[in-house]
Amino acid sequence: MSQIVVEDLVKVFHVARRTPGLWGSVKGLVKRDWSAIRALDGVGFSIDRGELVGYIGPNGAGKSTTVKILSGILVPDSGRVTVLNCTPWADRIRYVRRIGVVFGQRTQLWWDLPVIESFDLLREIYAIAPDRYRRSRDEVIDTLDLGGVLHTTVRQLSLGQRMRCDLAAALLHEPELLFLDEPTIGLDAVSKLAVREFIGRLNKERGLTVILTTHDMDDIEALCRRVIVIGEGRILSDGTLAALRAGVTRERWLTVDLADDAALTVADPDVRLIRQDGRRVYLAFDPQRVSAPELIARVVRNHAVHDLFVENPPIEAIIARMYGRDASETTPG
Amino acid sequence: MTPYRAVLSSRFRMLLQYRAAALAGIVTQLFFGIVRTMIFDAFYRSSRVQQPIGRDDVVTYIWLGQAFLMLTILDADRDVAEMIRGGNVAYELVKPVDLYWLWFARAVSGRAAPLALRAVPILALAAFWHGLRGPASVTGAILFAVALAGGLLVAASLVAVMTISMVWTISGEGISRLMAPLVFFFSGIVVPLPLFPDWMQRGLAALPFRGLIDTPFRIYIGQLHDASALAALANQAVWIVVLVAAGRIMLARSLRRLVVHGR
Repeated sequence: MSQIVVEDLVKVFHVARRTPGLWGSVKGLVKRDWSAIRALDGVGFSIDRGELVGYIGPNGAGKSTTVKILSGILVPDSGRVTVLNCTPWADRIRYVRRIGVVFGQRTQLWWDLPVIESFDLLREIYAIAPDRYRRSRDEVIDTLDLGGVLHTTVRQLSLGQRMRCDLAAALLHEPELLFLDEPTIGLDAVSKLAVREFIGRLNKERGLTVILTTHDMDDIEALCRRVIVIGEGRILSDGTLAALRAGVTRERWLTVDLADDAALTVADPDVRLIRQDGRRVYLAFDPQRVSAPELIARVVRNHAVHDLFVENPPIEAIIARMYGRDASETTPG
Repeated sequence: MTPYRAVLSSRFRMLLQYRAAALAGIVTQLFFGIVRTMIFDAFYRSSRVQQPIGRDDVVTYIWLGQAFLMLTILDADRDVAEMIRGGNVAYELVKPVDLYWLWFARAVSGRAAPLALRAVPILALAAFWHGLRGPASVTGAILFAVALAGGLLVAASLVAVMTISMVWTISGEGISRLMAPLVFFFSGIVVPLPLFPDWMQRGLAALPFRGLIDTPFRIYIGQLHDASALAALANQAVWIVVLVAAGRIMLARSLRRLVVHGR
């Protein structure tokens, strides 16, 4: 049974366009040109209970618009959305009680209050029963390791601490569904790992459905079995990470560290040189035309090799190729 | 109503922390109180015409005005302005609360907290030392308290309308600047409303601004009593209902066309 069903979603924003310069500003006072931007142009998908779905795409692709519609904040121009058997925007107050939302660049905590008081206020806002609140609060404090910052005011927290507190705040009322909009944006490596691990655990242990938008492809690789790619308001692909890879390219990458400065000559027709970086050489090959062991044997036969390894192209390269850009712009590793 | 009460009380407690601002406010308002009572003193001494309100009553009216000045400072909520500009309003919308009452609660605490800090010292000093008299009667004192609460609700419902208008205009500056002179003239904070010319009285009585301070103050000095006091309270109540309804309709409309800024 699908928990989220989205059909043919359309959202158009009207943006005032102004001709540049002083004359343009004056003209803008009297007459405005409105241009319509189709942020969503017929988006549809469905998500089952317990799935952890990555929702990715470049800036302006429509990711956040989708999340905002799904969380009841924005009203679409047309299309149907059913989440937890509700239409989010029509039944906002009852609906949002059952979902948790984290917007990575914002905070829902009260800037001037200690963290714990923000939590207590949320208890009032969600009208959580006292013992249920104590249980869920202690649980998130424990798993997110927040004991040390509970009495700090929010303005004094580091970004990583704040994000963990925001995650906790979104879970106090034990939502059935969690929307995360760029939850790792701006975080340092350690905080990113902590947040990622926590999201993974929530999904695995509690069976919480999670929808995650992100720019960070490492988030996706670490967490998501299923990836929905959106571009210019349309769904470009929807499936497992492996299927996404296979659908775009079968290519794999071989990275070779040469032992000396001799240039690697790629006369091999089965191999494409992506780029060379000092003694490190990046090669792309199609495993159906030449197997990895065969290729490695050929390279080792002709060159003094210090080290080499085979990998899948990073998801950025896959996405870039999907948008018709050249994958060689991105480098492996 | 618990979530709204919780937000109200937490903001109230937070605003109570601004003690330096309160102290500065008390000093300023005492100073202006002294200057203004001196001006009206001079006016009463040089005037040979019978005024519609006695000199001692005006002094009391002015001191009450200094003590409850916050009821006439109506600014669109800066924090909400920031939320709308920055997009944090998204978080307000994912909470299972009625946004109108949430913002209304903020408006109430935004006036009530500074008022609570400032009113008592100003009233005490003015009573001991500068001609503030007690309420006209016991009933008057009780009705004054009711009217003061009514004034707070009129103020909050006006602020809520101003705040909601920012969903359209983004910046709260314009509406706050438009509102300030209206409130200054028509609330009685600059010139007590009884001193306005007769031909304006009916118009003044119909506006919502008299409900802010003029209604409680006139009840206090006993110029409004019995039926006239009840009529004035009814006028407050009607305006509260009208302004709340207007605010709710505006908010419902604006949410439908809301664009949450930022990503």
